[in-house]
Amino acid sequence: MYRYDEFDHQFVQDRVSQFRTQVERHLGGQLTEEEFRPLRLMNGLYLQLHAYMLRVAIPYGTLSARQMRTLADIAETYDRGYGHFTTRQNIQYNWLRLRDVPDILQELADVEMHAIQTSGNCIRNITADPFSGVAADEVEDPRPTAELLRQWSSLHPEFSFLPRKFKIAVTGCRDDRAAIAVHDIGIRVVRNEAGEIGYEVWVGGGQGRTPMIAKKIRAFLPKKALLAYLEAMMRVYNLYGRRDNKYKARIKILVHEVGIEEYARRVEEEFAALDASAIAADAEEIVRIEAYFEPPAYDRLPARAAALENAKKNDPAFANWVSINVGAHKAPGYAIATVSLKPIGGVPGDATTDQMRLLADIAERFSLDELRVTIEQNIVLPQVRQDDLYAVWKLLAAVDLATANAGLITDIISCPGLDYCSLATARSIPVAQAISRRFADAERQRLIGPLAIKISGCINACGHHHVGHIGILGLEKGGEESYQITLGGDPTENAAIGERLGPGLTADQTVDTIERLVAVYLAKRKPGETFVAAYRRLGHDHFKEALNAAA
Amino acid sequence: MPLLDRTGAITDPWVRLDETAPLAARQVIVPLTRLEPDGAAVLTSGAKLGVAVGGDTGFELLRPWLDRLSLIAINFPSFTDGRGFSLARQLRVRGFKGELRAHGYLIADQLGFALATGFDTVEIDDSLAARQPVAEWLAAAKTISLSYQRDYAGPCNILEARRAARAQQNTRVAQTEPAK
Amino acid sequence: MARQDALYILTANDLLEGDVVFWSGAGWARDHRAAQIARNADETTALDAIGAAEKAARRIIDPYRVEVTLGADGTPVPVRFRERLRTLGPTVRLDLGKQAALRANSLL
Ligand code: SF4
Repeated sequence: MYRYDEFDHQFVQDRVSQFRTQVERHLGGQLTEEEFRPLRLMNGLYLQLHAYMLRVAIPYGTLSARQMRTLADIAETYDRGYGHFTTRQNIQYNWLRLRDVPDILQELADVEMHAIQTSGNCIRNITADPFSGVAADEVEDPRPTAELLRQWSSLHPEFSFLPRKFKIAVTGCRDDRAAIAVHDIGIRVVRNEAGEIGYEVWVGGGQGRTPMIAKKIRAFLPKKALLAYLEAMMRVYNLYGRRDNKYKARIKILVHEVGIEEYARRVEEEFAALDASAIAADAEEIVRIEAYFEPPAYDRLPARAAALENAKKNDPAFANWVSINVGAHKAPGYAIATVSLKPIGGVPGDATTDQMRLLADIAERFSLDELRVTIEQNIVLPQVRQDDLYAVWKLLAAVDLATANAGLITDIISCPGLDYCSLATARSIPVAQAISRRFADAERQRLIGPLAIKISGCINACGHHHVGHIGILGLEKGGEESYQITLGGDPTENAAIGERLGPGLTADQTVDTIERLVAVYLAKRKPGETFVAAYRRLGHDHFKEALNAAA
Repeated sequence: MPLLDRTGAITDPWVRLDETAPLAARQVIVPLTRLEPDGAAVLTSGAKLGVAVGGDTGFELLRPWLDRLSLIAINFPSFTDGRGFSLARQLRVRGFKGELRAHGYLIADQLGFALATGFDTVEIDDSLAARQPVAEWLAAAKTISLSYQRDYAGPCNILEARRAARAQQNTRVAQTEPAK
Repeated sequence: MARQDALYILTANDLLEGDVVFWSGAGWARDHRAAQIARNADETTALDAIGAAEKAARRIIDPYRVEVTLGADGTPVPVRFRERLRTLGPTVRLDLGKQAALRANSLL
């Protein structure tokens, strides 16, 4: 993985000092609250319902054991012994004091991490496929591109005061695990007919109040044109994006209002005026970054480990976990293991200090020192030898991290909601917990198969409810929490926005309705057909009966 | 109204005209609405011409005047409105060589960004200068000593620094290799 | 004195500590039961002014008024669920937030 050189180190160091003086200048009155606010947000520091929250970037979701240990240390020293992994591959601490934040940033900087641009109207943490570099079906590892973009977007002088926040995701696969269709800019590494590698560029996707699927702006962008092209895209947005209404300020609204053709025309005009070679990183720089992501020296192993097969035979619980949480690795004899942060009845995405430390130990011993954070709020051990899986699983089980539910109905995405978030209109975690308990039975979960439930505590949609196979949006109606169900959303290469099922429900009704939706699906599915596939085939109306029974 | 550049406070040789003031001075900044009617007269009088625009001013309006303007003053209605940074960069990319001046409401922490996107000077109002004196602006601009964006007029560029470091290493390697 | 039906208290977060605070009449209290209650329009206006002044003095951030009713013991209880949560803590972690101390003292 990428390692900072002296310049990267100096840069984050400068940033820590800058924030320290900004805090002092705010206390001294040189910066008013209104002036300090966007500056602290650009460093990931929010005020939440009960306290300050700090969001730390995990660029493209990649972490080393040492970094994970520092995240645990921070949780222990400055917070309440846990952290929350988010749908944008960040970690959030919920109980911080402003006075401690400069010191926390220093601890992060010491392990090559930061909180730069994890909030604010700027380019946010660059996210990527959590299986980057190990997925079997990859055109190219997208992380060198993501790292280039991390650097390029950091404290960008022109794009730090945009109309609104800006999210970029990168994938190197046809199978989209980075949800590029619902990002402000989505980038897919592709190969053209001549065999050259370049980028397919998408723009104007997003969730929130007005969910939209991104539109393709370039089918093939040569690699060396990337930074200049992004500069042109960002400039057109910065100049023309709406600033009169915060709910219409995202790039998706600009693209929607002027049309993709007109937006593209302005971008191409701007791009033509730029000297792409003066903006691009030179070839040696790209090679330098790529070298950090070279595949490690894998042991030469048979494609299937006998030890794994034996362990599966002797331990059905382990076999179940392997069949659900373990995926194919590009290197023979290796596997990608997903560690679920969704124990039955738990808080989705939360990990305790002990769990983080254990994950760090496991990564060091068994996963070539690598961890990934997924947009599903889980952790991935991307480089595990198949014959080590049993040992890994046993260690995970000891700290409640061996839940076999990756991609199943209890692998629920949930934003913090009203339990923590000051913008929330309803709680989301308790709904996730209730659904998780209702479907706790492992056999039943397996029978239901892949089903993504995603819950947001308000229209901002941090819980990605628009792209949940079943989405749940928490609202406030007449002072009460009310939940709106959507069906058929999909964040992948078949991206779709979920369609609303009916009027708002109470939390209890919501859980009951989901049970009935599942019953409708089970009754009508064809063999092997997933929930979302059945939904597409049968149509929305087929599922309405589940709701009617709730009333 | 204090005016500063990357070295500190400077005196302002320019006279800002409103919609009706006579074109008397030798260096005048006219509002955008006066550019077409009065611009040519200012130039023929031998005076230098500047124009005050908003961040939302389309670059196209300024294009015909680019090589005749000696100064473009771009207004920031609020420090959170970053359009002026893009307009400045757009003007520089299209070859504008005169002075770019930011006015309106920027804060000290943005001086570095303003310089990097092509501004030469920043005009701040008295109440802001009382809270954030010029020294604070200069200090704020220096806190970040490096930048990742090539082709911007920022502080030490990391990509160029890496390139230089590589070149130096290559020379060193070349020097230690025995001559044939 | 102008009359009003609703009762209000003033809340904010401590600038440096970040935790939830309530205006007691003499300073900022951590316990909402110590909050000063505005019972008429003049008192309400006065609370707003205190919030603005305290924010300008950089002691707290994000001050705003919260509508309350009076509990059996005469102490204020926020009307909105969100505001009640701020006096307690997350419902999914009863060991955290203000409720932890209340629970420890068998007050909850
Ligand atoms: S969706 Fe709403 S409630 Fe949930 S984290 Fe985002 S802003 Fe908060």
